Amino acid sequence: MSTPSLRSRLAARGLDGTTMLILPGLLFILALFIYPFAFGVIDSLRPKDGGVWYANYAKFFSDPYQYGTIAATLWLALPVTIVNLALAVPIAFRVRLMRRQRLLTTILVLPITLGTVFVADGLLTFLGPRGWFNHVLMLLGILHEPLKLTNNYWGVFASLLITGFPFAFLLTLSYVSGIDPAIEQAAATLGAGPRQRFGRIFLPLLVPGMAVTFCLSFVQAYAVFPSAVLLGAPAGPTRVISIAAYQAAFEQYDHSMGSAIALVMGGVELVVVVLVLAGRSLFYRGPAGGTKG
Amino acid sequence: MVNALAEHAAPAAGTGASRIGGRLELDGLRRAFGAYHALAGIDIAIEPGEFIALLGPSGCGKSTALNCIAGLLDLTGGEIRLGGRRIDQLEPEKRGFGMVFQSYALFPHMSVRKNVGFGLAMQGIKGPEAERRIRDALAMVRLESQADKLPGQLSGGQQQRVAIARAIVIRPPVVLMDEPLSNLDAKLRLEMRAEIRAIHDQVGSTTIYVTHDQDEALSLADRIVVMSQGRIQQIGTPEELYQRPVNLTVADFMGFRTRMPGRIVSVSGDDAEIEVDGSRFSGLAREALRSGESAVLAIRPEDLVASAVGPGIAATVVSIEYRGRAFFGLARTAAGAELYFRADEALPRGSSAFLSPAPGRALIFREDVA
Repeated sequence: MSTPSLRSRLAARGLDGTTMLILPGLLFILALFIYPFAFGVIDSLRPKDGGVWYANYAKFFSDPYQYGTIAATLWLALPVTIVNLALAVPIAFRVRLMRRQRLLTTILVLPITLGTVFVADGLLTFLGPRGWFNHVLMLLGILHEPLKLTNNYWGVFASLLITGFPFAFLLTLSYVSGIDPAIEQAAATLGAGPRQRFGRIFLPLLVPGMAVTFCLSFVQAYAVFPSAVLLGAPAGPTRVISIAAYQAAFEQYDHSMGSAIALVMGGVELVVVVLVLAGRSLFYRGPAGGTKG
Repeated sequence: MVNALAEHAAPAAGTGASRIGGRLELDGLRRAFGAYHALAGIDIAIEPGEFIALLGPSGCGKSTALNCIAGLLDLTGGEIRLGGRRIDQLEPEKRGFGMVFQSYALFPHMSVRKNVGFGLAMQGIKGPEAERRIRDALAMVRLESQADKLPGQLSGGQQQRVAIARAIVIRPPVVLMDEPLSNLDAKLRLEMRAEIRAIHDQVGSTTIYVTHDQDEALSLADRIVVMSQGRIQQIGTPEELYQRPVNLTVADFMGFRTRMPGRIVSVSGDDAEIEVDGSRFSGLAREALRSGESAVLAIRPEDLVASAVGPGIAATVVSIEYRGRAFFGLARTAAGAELYFRADEALPRGSSAFLSPAPGRALIFREDVA
């Protein structure tokens, strides 16, 4: 009548030596994610000037100069994300069929390696009033005076497009390549032309992947900071929410307010992500291979 | 099973049983991938309603041929005609052929009903007419009760049935099947084999069936096309191929596993006598032979009988296994030739055995060039 040892009882519940392997990862998450996050939450609830625990949030949402940044950032991040996705899908469709995928993929992915500041700097010269872009258009007689494309909304837009596209494209390419080509061939033999194959077969199968791509691209774009400062009008239309957080924390030395704004930013991202993923659940989400094992 | 099928399909029989479409002619089909010729000139004329099997080892070009007929691959030469009309320039969606893929290729996001109805929707057939045809097609593959499930919820055999229903519901003049049974287990494969032939007979379409399994080809097809290295080796009825393969490549595919190199002693008409390891055997000459020439005697293991006492070719038993009625094994001669044989008694491994071909069963070919 002996009871099993503690070790075998733990093992029966899935706890054994192998479980210990998660420890390094867990420590990492605790130290670099959970702790800073909890710290930020608590920090934001202890206003610099005292007052009730939600004073920072109340202050943020009562000042149009502050809460206006939510809309200003959305106004940048949403269109950029949509345009990126709209470009990534057709390009990924084309690249999927190409034999020399690697070269093209490398070229398209190059902007990732450049970094936002470098891209912003390059765009300032390229799109500026005396940049090549305006210069060429004026030489061709298409323009009579330069278009203002920097230090405003469009400068930031262009920069986000360039740095965000590779992510959207790579993700989309992997989703598109994951669809069994025989499925498209089957649709073709059943009489579906290219448009019907895209609309009825590919698009429904791609929606889940596009939702994930949208979320990741959106979160990336919503956190825009360097290009909004360098290429935008950081006091005006491109005063994005990260600028507000930066100013609170490092110009007004109110780290508590800065944390609060950062949390608002995270909250907005979360709302958009949850909405998109909820929308995704209306579609088929299973494997796009069609076959068992 | 076949009776049940016939009952279910009764409503469709009026249109189905008649032969649809015309004669399908493949005329010098060529397909090259760079310098590699996957198809090096394929000529076949297929009669309406015929069941044709394309048989060959992997890489022989049979799937390429099927994809070219479907329009999924462009030809680099030759013509395809259906009922005299040239179709090789048409897009796959304009050919109206039904195709069953090895991976089934069902639309994973659509119910079984929608999968089967897809081709009808593309033809603009809607409403009660579409519903009736979907119901009939599902009845033919015995899946009426699964109509609202997604493909992922079905077993492999059921998925294959959906793929077949989806291909035949559009009443295609030609149904193309690309190794449709290769992903199923052995028992299911036998069942589905019978069903595929029964459905073919009911629907009346021409069927082109790609397989590397000689049993499948022999049991299903009206005519078999044996392919190797992008060329047709032989076209014939299953009996013709089984009894009289034209060359060693086809013989190999038809189960003539044992080959014994020797020298022709005499030839008279179709019969030849060959000397192998000092013993003389007679066989059917399948190629032009002259006496004194080297040649190969080919025979199926079941027709090469081994016993512990002579006469026959002396060899040592390498392995032996019991397969029901008889033993089958492998023996090696002193010269190193490997012979697959049948024995009525268990010959111990390592013992010497004497092998003799059953009369009239050996074929003689010119020397194996490959």
